[in-house]
Amino acid sequence: MADTDAPTRRPATNSGPGRLLIAVYLLFAIAATSRAGLQIATRFAEAPVAYLLSALAALVYIVAAVGLARAGHAGRRVALACCSVELAGVLGVGVLSEVDPALFPDETVWSGFGVGYGYVPLVLPVLGLLWLWRTRHDPR
Amino acid sequence: MTSAASTGSPVDGILATTTIVLSLVLAVWSLVAAVRHRPPDRPQFVGLAVLECALLALAVVALVGLGGGARPGEPGAFFGYLVTLVCLPPLAWVLARMEPTRWGSAIVCVVCLVIPVVVVRLQQTWAVAGG
Repeated sequence: MADTDAPTRRPATNSGPGRLLIAVYLLFAIAATSRAGLQIATRFAEAPVAYLLSALAALVYIVAAVGLARAGHAGRRVALACCSVELAGVLGVGVLSEVDPALFPDETVWSGFGVGYGYVPLVLPVLGLLWLWRTRHDPR
Repeated sequence: MTSAASTGSPVDGILATTTIVLSLVLAVWSLVAAVRHRPPDRPQFVGLAVLECALLALAVVALVGLGGGARPGEPGAFFGYLVTLVCLPPLAWVLARMEPTRWGSAIVCVVCLVIPVVVVRLQQTWAVAGG
């Protein structure tokens, strides 16, 4: 897709700030995957809900990174779905872990609105959605 | 931080401190470049290479320590962090090469801010008692 001589075209999701976003998503994909993998492999019985949630979070980060990197129509929809799930996840788990800590006996990436990761898990989906909005192609 | 060195952790010492300082210096350098709309420059790539060498040295020291019978508190997490750590500078390198704009510098900056955190986590997973 050579769009160098089309100044009015909006940037693709996988260039400029988008690439930075993909980098951060990749970092979180690595962090969440290793965390979930380790938790599930070594002590799954202790907190199955929390660990399955970690695994889900890991999967969402990976798919979001791929969606943003693929750009294109399908990639954008995938990224949009992932960012939405992420935002719902971090808010939902954040609230639940405050209301009923017993539900998540062990930390997940999303516990306490992502406090263990400097609240980046809370900010990241918002940035993702903003970026998707910025790079949207105006319909008609 | 240095008081923990008394436990004989192979990942706590001058080498680990060097990687943290180096990483933070590189983070500041690339942040300045990003703010000034500069793409990743030669010092950034050289810095990443030097940082990778230091991290590989740290990994070797850790493995030698393991060979000498020392054991981390949380072996699984320790190895996870160790593998992640040596992969981070190459990741920054590749992404920065793909993005020759200010955002490439921003990527280097972010990764270089993450590296010290991983080094500290590496030290914690070694130092923790029991498993």
